[in-house]
Amino acid sequence: MTNNFAIALRMLRRNAHSGEARVLAAALLVAVASVTTVGFFADRVRGALDRQANELLGGDLVVIADHPVPAAFVERARADGLAIAQTTTFPSMVAGAAGTSLAEIKAVSSSFPLRGRLRVAPTPVAPDREADGAPAPGTVWVAGPLVSRIGAAVGETVKVGNASLRVAEVITREPDNVLDFFGIAPRVLINDADLAATGLVQVGSRVSYRLLVAGESRQVSRYESEMRPRLGRGERIEGVRDARSEVRVSLERAQRFLGLASLLSVILASVAVALAARRFSLRQTDGAAMMRCLGAAQADIFAINAWQFLLLAAAGCAAGTAAGFGAQAVLAHWLSGFFAVALPAPGWRPAVQGAVIGLVLVLGFTIPPLLRLRNVPTLRVLRSDVAVAEPSSLFAYALGLGALSSLIVWQAGDTRLGAISVGGFAAALGVAALAGFILIRALSRLRAGASGPWRYGLANLRRRTGASLVQVMALGVGIMAMLLLTLVRSDLIVKWQKSMPADMPNRFAINVQNDQLPAVKAYFADLGLATPDLYPMVRGRLVAIGDKTVSPADYTDQRARRLVEREFNLSWAKDLRPDNKIVAGSWWKAGDAAPQFSVEEGIAKTLSIRVGDTLSWDVGGARFTAKVTSLRKVEWDSFKANFFVIASPGMLEAYPASWITSFHLPAGREEVVNRLVERFPNVSVIDLTAIMGQVKRISDQVSRAVEFVFLFAIAAGLVVLFAAITSTQDERVFEGAVMRTLGASRRQMVLTQLSEFLAIGLLAGMVAAAGAVGLTFALSERVLGVPYEFDWVVPVAGLLAGGVGVAIAGLLGTRRAVDSPPLAAIRAVT
Amino acid sequence: MNAIREPESPPASARKPAIVRAEGLTKQVSTPDHELVIVREASFEVAAGDSVAIVGASGSGKSTLLGLLAGLDVPSAGRVWIDGEDLFALDEDGRARLRGRLVGFVFQSFQLLPALTALENVMLPLELAGVADAGARASRVLDQVGLADRLGHYPRQLSGGEQQRVAVARAFATEPKLLFADEPTGNLDSATGRQVIELLFRMNRDHGTTLVLVTHDEALAARCDRRIAISAGVVQG
Ligand SMILES: Nc1ncnc2c1ncn2[C@@H]1O[C@H](COP(=O)(O)OP(=O)(O)OP(=O)(O)O)[C@@H](O)[C@H]1O
Ligand SMILES: [Mg+2]
Repeated sequence: MTNNFAIALRMLRRNAHSGEARVLAAALLVAVASVTTVGFFADRVRGALDRQANELLGGDLVVIADHPVPAAFVERARADGLAIAQTTTFPSMVAGAAGTSLAEIKAVSSSFPLRGRLRVAPTPVAPDREADGAPAPGTVWVAGPLVSRIGAAVGETVKVGNASLRVAEVITREPDNVLDFFGIAPRVLINDADLAATGLVQVGSRVSYRLLVAGESRQVSRYESEMRPRLGRGERIEGVRDARSEVRVSLERAQRFLGLASLLSVILASVAVALAARRFSLRQTDGAAMMRCLGAAQADIFAINAWQFLLLAAAGCAAGTAAGFGAQAVLAHWLSGFFAVALPAPGWRPAVQGAVIGLVLVLGFTIPPLLRLRNVPTLRVLRSDVAVAEPSSLFAYALGLGALSSLIVWQAGDTRLGAISVGGFAAALGVAALAGFILIRALSRLRAGASGPWRYGLANLRRRTGASLVQVMALGVGIMAMLLLTLVRSDLIVKWQKSMPADMPNRFAINVQNDQLPAVKAYFADLGLATPDLYPMVRGRLVAIGDKTVSPADYTDQRARRLVEREFNLSWAKDLRPDNKIVAGSWWKAGDAAPQFSVEEGIAKTLSIRVGDTLSWDVGGARFTAKVTSLRKVEWDSFKANFFVIASPGMLEAYPASWITSFHLPAGREEVVNRLVERFPNVSVIDLTAIMGQVKRISDQVSRAVEFVFLFAIAAGLVVLFAAITSTQDERVFEGAVMRTLGASRRQMVLTQLSEFLAIGLLAGMVAAAGAVGLTFALSERVLGVPYEFDWVVPVAGLLAGGVGVAIAGLLGTRRAVDSPPLAAIRAVT
Repeated sequence: MNAIREPESPPASARKPAIVRAEGLTKQVSTPDHELVIVREASFEVAAGDSVAIVGASGSGKSTLLGLLAGLDVPSAGRVWIDGEDLFALDEDGRARLRGRLVGFVFQSFQLLPALTALENVMLPLELAGVADAGARASRVLDQVGLADRLGHYPRQLSGGEQQRVAVARAFATEPKLLFADEPTGNLDSATGRQVIELLFRMNRDHGTTLVLVTHDEALAARCDRRIAISAGVVQG
């Protein structure tokens, strides 16, 4: 065995100069480097997006309790090296020179906020700036409405409980405020050093305690999984995704886009390596047959070649991973200005993914041709260029492809996305093989009508049906991946961004009371603004699904547990809103008196609720039960008020409800809100701009990241083209030399090659265009949640890219056959 | 410098116009350790309609010389005229056109296209020349070399001798004025070899085709009008 290894090493060193070894090395390097670069990069962008979104929470994770957060949570966070901040929030009256008002007091530790910044200004109308941290002890920051309401201008003193504090800033934006719909009064922010002096926090007062933690995402999730089981009564842990569906939806969509982009670059790279590896192996196995004639044992031949492939793969993967790591560092450096937060350090996973994909590819496509040799008589191997396919080699190919598919799904980081894409590409490959075969046959029939060189080129296509098919399939899949990536880059992301129009609601008004409904509607109408739709809302706790009592411990999924711990906002409605779509069951008919529920599809899935289940709720101590009759799809990032659970009319009207609405506040009309709050003091208006900004930023950054991934895909695409063209180059150079000997002119040579490449390119283009249209349709509707529109540009671009691109590349690639003396060419390839 | 050495030149052929003329033809290649001269300053003429045998030991440079004469390779120095045209003043394309018009070539190792059948291999030069009934003519020539029943076979399905006959048929097919053949009977038994020799000389007689043959076969060399001996790259006087 050591002997075989030594021989393998020697052969590899000799092979290093051969054309096919070089193509394989280049393909492997580009493949592994692009997989790791894109993987590393996507990983870091994901991390950055999460971290940015966490600004909305003020930290990466928050522990919320109705009593002081137990010391164990604080100590553990400290021990884990996480940054911490604490807040204590409660309603109280505050008094200034001009009056008193109810306010939502928040006492914060000096480290608050851990993520994001508050924005403050000297007066409610002055330009604002980012605040540095939180109020110093002895000072207070107040929300804009309080300035006039109680006379709390900067420099004045206000009384919070027993403490007299000097107003230092006016708060214009508090990023984490938007998460709490039930902060119904204007904010007053104090330092927690002054909390005791206020004397307001006593047993029985309505206080919410929060512990914010932030740090490396791995540490944060470890902290979460360690501490979650230790939560006691009245305690819960939340992340930003639990708090805001809009942000969760766009983060998920962003990750799918990134996943898709990196998946496509893996597919491209795979095609390149597969082509090159197969060619390298076929070349080697020719030699293997010869070795057998010289008396080498089959096992030795297998070992020597397998060692060679393994060594080559290991070297290529190591070099590729290193190159990928370097490239992503450069990339991250370039892009650092574009992200508001520092890109977190990449994880180890992309490196492993790149290396494993490289190894699987090389071995998956080199071993099967080697296995094929085993039971074939030596003479057959030497005489025939089509050895029979052996079950073991077919099995090996299938194994390689299977392993590759699972790696791709792993790389995508999203099973559904990965499965649809891999399925789509596999189908495209199958269709390409079949259609390619039929078309090649049909085209070669055309040759009777074609003249001279065209005829010969088309005839060549048929004579090389096998090799031509491999080229059509490889190029077809390659062009398809490029087309898809172009579509993702331009079309789909633009559609996503377009789905956030300028007049999207940017404010929520909540806590409108029943008797205020007509007055609130009239208020908007009088100001010439669109009358907003108001929706009723009742708080309730889910207690049972069917006969089964619901408890957080029943769910392994973290999101499900968090959902069950909290109260839901239940609503009721007679008619289905046009922006909600029924995906299962049916909406109640007018006059149907039976109590029933309609549940949002996402939460139904998380909590395993199906149409026909009965749900039991606890609303303010009363319990009621009804059947689920439909599931709804909701566009969360439309920024309209939406509900997980809607009840049919007649069930909830008796319970104390408040009403909620969303509206678009044009820039510079802050007075609309101020007057609204003055007229209806119980109504709270929540500024969604921060969340919307976050969502917009996510899509902008993803589109930028996809651009960069696209560059790598182009590199991989070029390698595919090169590998596909060179896969038949030896034959072409040889044929060219023989044709030259027989007197072929340059024109004849070029036309012969051109007709063949043009045919291959156009076939590949057709396959690619059809595949890209089909897969875009499936992906945009089912995975990315973007409406699909057929676009003529796609098939046309596919055909052009295929036909013209392949023809040009092919001609460039075979220039050698035209420009060098025939004997030199013949000697070079035989 | 213009001295043309013509071994065994019969006075009769001096009057015929030269179809091949080589002058100071030299081929030199660099190997890692030294410069290797494969053909050294070869100068001679071949008159139209003549048959010439190039003979010499293995490795003496016969195939290299033949390749240079047909313009399949470029010399390090020297010139070649074919039918009065300076071969190496032309570019690769010009040489190919000239061959298409005048020259047939049989390689020592055949060089048939593996993807084409025997018939298609023979059709190829005819198709390139734009001959209308390429198929019919190709099958006639294959018939002449005794392969009428192997038209649809691929080279890998043919024996070495059969491949050689296809190669000869391919070179014949366009009825060139000048035929270079590198050991055209090297793989053939004496009966088949004789058939091929008959074919060559019938072309020489009927169409005035000039034959330049590399051969170890004494019977073949004896039938030629002239003999050019080469030894270690030097054409003997
Ligand atoms: N491109 C090349 N590089 C290096 N050496 C070469 C090259 N071409 C030919 N030779 C060498 O030149 C010598 C002459 O080769 P050539 O093929 O002309 O011999 P030959 O006379 O035809 O021999 P044979 O009768 O065995 O066919 C040989 O030693 C060969 O190895
Ligand atoms: Mg020779």
